[in-house]
Amino acid sequence: MAEIEAYQREAGTLDMQAEPMILNIGPSHPATHATLRLIAELDGETILKLTPEFGYLHRCFEKESENATWTQVIPYTDRLNYVSSLMNNVGYAMAVEKLCGVEVTERCQYIRVLICELSRIIDHMVCIGTNMVDIGALTNFWYFWKPREEVYRHLIEPLTGIRLTTAYTRIGGLMWDLPDGWVEKCRDICRDVIVPAIADVNALLTKNRIFIERTMGVGAIDPKEAIARGFTGPCLRAAGVPLDLRKDETYLVYDRFDFDVPIGEEGDTCDRYMVRMEEMRQSLRIIDQALDQLPEGPVNVDDPRFILPAKKDVYETIEGLMNHFKHVMDGVQVPAGEVYSATEAANGELGYYIVSKGGGGPYKIKVRPPCFPLFQGMPHLCEGGMIADLIAVLGSVNIIAGELDR
Amino acid sequence: MTDKQPSVVLAKLIERFGDDIVATHSDFGDDTARVNRERIVEICTFLRDDPDLLFDFAMDLTGVDYLGEEPRFEVVYHLYSLEKKHRVRIKARVPEEDPVIDSVIPVWVGMDWFEREAYDMYGILFRDHPNLKRILMYEAFEGHPLRKDYPKARRQPTVGVEE
Amino acid sequence: MGLIENRFSKNIITTTYDAVFNWARRSSLWPMQFGLACCAIEMMSTLDPRYDMSRFGAEVFRGSPRQADMMIVAGTVTEKMAPVVKRLYDQMADPKWVLAMGSCAMCGGPYKTYAVTQGVDRIIPVDVYIPGCPPIPEQIIDSIVLIQKMIDSGGSRARDRWPIKI
Repeated sequence: MAEIEAYQREAGTLDMQAEPMILNIGPSHPATHATLRLIAELDGETILKLTPEFGYLHRCFEKESENATWTQVIPYTDRLNYVSSLMNNVGYAMAVEKLCGVEVTERCQYIRVLICELSRIIDHMVCIGTNMVDIGALTNFWYFWKPREEVYRHLIEPLTGIRLTTAYTRIGGLMWDLPDGWVEKCRDICRDVIVPAIADVNALLTKNRIFIERTMGVGAIDPKEAIARGFTGPCLRAAGVPLDLRKDETYLVYDRFDFDVPIGEEGDTCDRYMVRMEEMRQSLRIIDQALDQLPEGPVNVDDPRFILPAKKDVYETIEGLMNHFKHVMDGVQVPAGEVYSATEAANGELGYYIVSKGGGGPYKIKVRPPCFPLFQGMPHLCEGGMIADLIAVLGSVNIIAGELDR
Repeated sequence: MTDKQPSVVLAKLIERFGDDIVATHSDFGDDTARVNRERIVEICTFLRDDPDLLFDFAMDLTGVDYLGEEPRFEVVYHLYSLEKKHRVRIKARVPEEDPVIDSVIPVWVGMDWFEREAYDMYGILFRDHPNLKRILMYEAFEGHPLRKDYPKARRQPTVGVEE
Repeated sequence: MGLIENRFSKNIITTTYDAVFNWARRSSLWPMQFGLACCAIEMMSTLDPRYDMSRFGAEVFRGSPRQADMMIVAGTVTEKMAPVVKRLYDQMADPKWVLAMGSCAMCGGPYKTYAVTQGVDRIIPVDVYIPGCPPIPEQIIDSIVLIQKMIDSGGSRARDRWPIKI
């Protein structure tokens, strides 16, 4: 910042080079997960000015969705935040259902809560794991990758058919119901794999002197600044602002569960890490309660305007065949209007603003990515600090380029 | 839609700004107000500072292209209040020949990049924006891709890749 | 080889230069860390203890292109990123191999739009294409084995057939 430069000039401690050095970090760099670019003006090791640049993964989600039907957009949504794709699917389905005025069944809501919380856990694991790789603590990456692998293999793949990009929700329900034995397997994995992994990483990091020195006080932000910049999610809660959409604007069946929302104090990297660890434990609580309360019943709404007919009807009756044909060719017919629907994704508020002019496809979909304001706030978090702190902060803010660039 | 009282937010807006609030509705549970683009900064400042409203979070800013309607573009703001826990959507139309609207960065600092993106994708210009450059596309790109008359699969020559 | 065969004790092997160098190259392929999008997550999963890529000598992901000899393009290449990919490819030292991982790197994937390069082979030569969206880790390991076979057999690399005029 200009003040630092002026002060150092006065004190006579400005580096011999009269001009700051410009360092280009990215877009291909081990610490910029995927394709981010930061241009730092340095005075020695201190950052005077930071300019973030992105757009290297702009895949035109919005333009694609304008040429697709409502259901065809769902595979594009799970490539937004590809680390927790189920949450994006749920957010989109909820937005379209708000526009249609459809109320999904209770079992569907419970299953959506389950998959959202599992996705939140695996997203936080990626964030903390890769953040620690950048700081130099590689073991935690492996400790967290094993539960991720177990969740992929035993929970997400049997449920949706694919590990990463799921496309599981549909408008009015889900692709299909939970397979047999999924509930027991989920309990087993939560108890036997995820809980020990969190405990292991906790034992390695939380009281570790090197970790504390490296992350405490680094990249701090105060609550007013965080609110003005539009921060949401764990980064905002680490700064001390108690905003969590699961409690404040409760959606699905979150009001039936008993869980806490961890709030930090300083808003620095250490707080962000602690908030994420605690959120994982709270998500495990929610999963336990949801599995206990899971009701029986259908997962899809009983409405032929939204749900594909049963295969038996498609093959044996002409009405079923026509219904199926209309669904696939024209898409679900959604009334005209506009709606904004927000959910608490792993990184903050994931909002979908949908404009519809009636018909089978959207007129416009805008995704409000949670990491957009976070990346915008990077200069505020890092200017005045050192270049090594930039790497620690970048990892803790959890920028997923798929979501940032759309 | 059941007939209910207009919400507090919309009532206060209409009371304070009268004719500058062109239209309001609360379809699907979202309070929406379409406003005159000349007074957007005043309206946003009022929304942020009024003690009954307190919209301190600027959640989203985007543009919409209504090709065929006049005025063509619409700038949409989504706001949220931390204390009162309510939301509002403010919309302002800008015509195609003069797609300029005041920047709301003085009200909420976090709107900076959202406005750059609206410029990049739609060509909407924001008066007094400190750094109105392309943000998602590369600098040499021509055109504004999310406009309805820009074809989805148009290729432009790749810059910077030589043998 | 006929003169010296069987004239020395059993712990001396005779071979050709090519065979030795090829064996060395294919047993320690060092990939360049070039994960762009969702496929990068699956590439990271290939490193984890279940699908262990270090069995094939390829677990040392280098950040710098000067130290790598295999580039796994994992994810979508956009028009803005294309010059960066080309520059990094040029900076890698010979011999080098390229894996186009995933549908986006092969042919643009589900994105047929203004900002996505329809396949990374429009800018750099590709040796092995891995289909999938994203491909599962077993496919990635299969393709590394395929590259190892290509190296062993000494066949021409894609670079020698490049550029292909379309």
